[in-house]
Amino acid sequence: MIGTDGLAALVDVLRARGYTVVGPTVRDGAIVLAELESAAQLPYGWGVDLDAGQYRLRSRTDGAAFANAAGPQSWKTFLHPARVRQWTAERAGGELVIEADDTTPPRFAFLGVRSCDLRAIAVQDRVLTAGPHRDPVYGGRRSGAFLVAVECTEPGGTCFCVSMGTGPAAGPGYDLVLTELVDDEGHRFWIRGGSAEGAEILAELSGEPASEAVCRAATGAVAAAAERMGRTMPDTDLRRLMARTLEAPRWDDVASRCLTCGNCTMVCPTCFCTTTEDVTDLTGDHAERWRVWDVCFDLDFSYLPGGPVRASPRSRYRQWLTHKLGTWYDQFGSSGCVGCGRCVVWCPVAIDITEEAAALYDWTRRAEEEPR
Amino acid sequence: MTTVPLPYRVAAVSAETADCVSLEVAPVGQALPEFSPGRFAMVYAFGAGEVPISVSAIGDGHRLTHTVRAVGAVTGALCRLRAGDAVGLRGPYGVGWDLGAAAGSDVLVVAGGIGLAPLRPVVRHVLDHPGHYGRLNVLIGARTPQDLLYGEELERWRRASARVEVTVDRPGPGWRGSVGVVTTLLDRVDWRPDRTEALLCGPEVMIRHTAGALLDRGLPAQRVQVSLERNMRCGTGHCGHCQLGPLLLCRDGPVVGYDRTRPLLAVREL
Repeated sequence: MIGTDGLAALVDVLRARGYTVVGPTVRDGAIVLAELESAAQLPYGWGVDLDAGQYRLRSRTDGAAFANAAGPQSWKTFLHPARVRQWTAERAGGELVIEADDTTPPRFAFLGVRSCDLRAIAVQDRVLTAGPHRDPVYGGRRSGAFLVAVECTEPGGTCFCVSMGTGPAAGPGYDLVLTELVDDEGHRFWIRGGSAEGAEILAELSGEPASEAVCRAATGAVAAAAERMGRTMPDTDLRRLMARTLEAPRWDDVASRCLTCGNCTMVCPTCFCTTTEDVTDLTGDHAERWRVWDVCFDLDFSYLPGGPVRASPRSRYRQWLTHKLGTWYDQFGSSGCVGCGRCVVWCPVAIDITEEAAALYDWTRRAEEEPR
Repeated sequence: MTTVPLPYRVAAVSAETADCVSLEVAPVGQALPEFSPGRFAMVYAFGAGEVPISVSAIGDGHRLTHTVRAVGAVTGALCRLRAGDAVGLRGPYGVGWDLGAAAGSDVLVVAGGIGLAPLRPVVRHVLDHPGHYGRLNVLIGARTPQDLLYGEELERWRRASARVEVTVDRPGPGWRGSVGVVTTLLDRVDWRPDRTEALLCGPEVMIRHTAGALLDRGLPAQRVQVSLERNMRCGTGHCGHCQLGPLLLCRDGPVVGYDRTRPLLAVREL
């Protein structure tokens, strides 16, 4: 168990070990993820009010650092950058020399990875490194990353990790895990190691063994969080639901509201799609290949010479949702949704993934009840 | 590294039609791993970009041929290349034709337009291995007689025991062959649904109609292999563009059994 001074020491120890420490901090009216020079930059005393299409900071009287649900960014910002140069090509005397961009990425220590986001990192690990080809950009950043998870004790109004089986307790994959407690006994963090390096760093911190009361209080706070989810998914096999509702009228309904802006894909911690940009300089002999985040809501996403495969907004929203909740299983062996609720919060027209899934589920049940 | 192209040089260019060329390329230094029929490379035109193109011939000395139709900026740039020009290549990617499944069976190849390109190595392979396969029928549809690929080679296939039938959508003066969609050729050749493996490539509408006609005639869907096209940016299963429902076509395709793709192709805009 450590106090806030121990948390400050943790940041210092990680920085001393050469890590670029990234964690939540308040900026521009939101809790963003940014490089931290000290634990003082953590959002002590800030909470968030979340609803569909709405995000508001709110001050907390208890001074808690991690009692705030997901902000607009996720860790993919750092592991799977929105813009990355993959290689450069030089043309000289009829020869083509192509060189991989071998810029050494920073070694990140992520401080405050919530259980849903810890799962999201595991999902992207499977997508980007577990297939026949390993993405060198993600792989390089991921293999050096040190993860400090935080168990969730304060879910937001758009959270549904319990439905997705991803929280609020932290699953495997962390190097260290914290559970924050603020009560009459003070402001404390129950901290445990999850890896050899995590245990090593833990030993460098001057904490005291957690009493049974602390463990019980921490476990209780996480269990209580599970009862306070702002949203739930329909209690059904979502993969099967997606497969059997491809022609449901609900897709037209949601398409009439969806702006196809792609905000949901930008904030989603698992959305991984990218496109490429090829640029040349003015001499015409130097070219670069850049990879940038792409959005399945764009017409160009499914471009073929004969026209886009998914021309209608209906088909593009359907692609996003059925991929996230359904075909992700076929492609990568799990759901693509971790229940963080970001897509609900950051949708400018307040489309709610749980509400859409529920409407599809209702449609199947009505279809079953209809007399033949 | 699978995301960085290797330099190749254009060894020969053959103008196939008004808007199609075949580029034979050879490695400048290190060569890519061995290709097999139906698999594809990401072909890089300097400064313009990359496109996924199946191999239309697999030669000696790691030489590969890609037949390219100029339909956009990158394919346009590729079609303007001359012998000696440099290109970048990475691959091989994807799942190719399952020739093992065709062993001992008659082989029915049905191609529409540039769809003949990924099937040419199949025809060559079957003709090079007499005794491994039964009868070879090749049915080809083209827009016009001038859009027909590999005209001289088709004659060689005929001389080498393949039955080759051609039909066009719009005949020109002097055309004495068939007119109409490629499915009209199905009843003109001798093939038996109980001993045939069918391999299809062409526009998606042609694939659906042809596969449907084959199934109507009693061929099981799992004996129909189709090569499908979707946008692809990476070839390595990471960009998400080539999804067809549960499939990532760069990884699970481009050649997929029709038993898997039939329900997917039936959904509009999937």
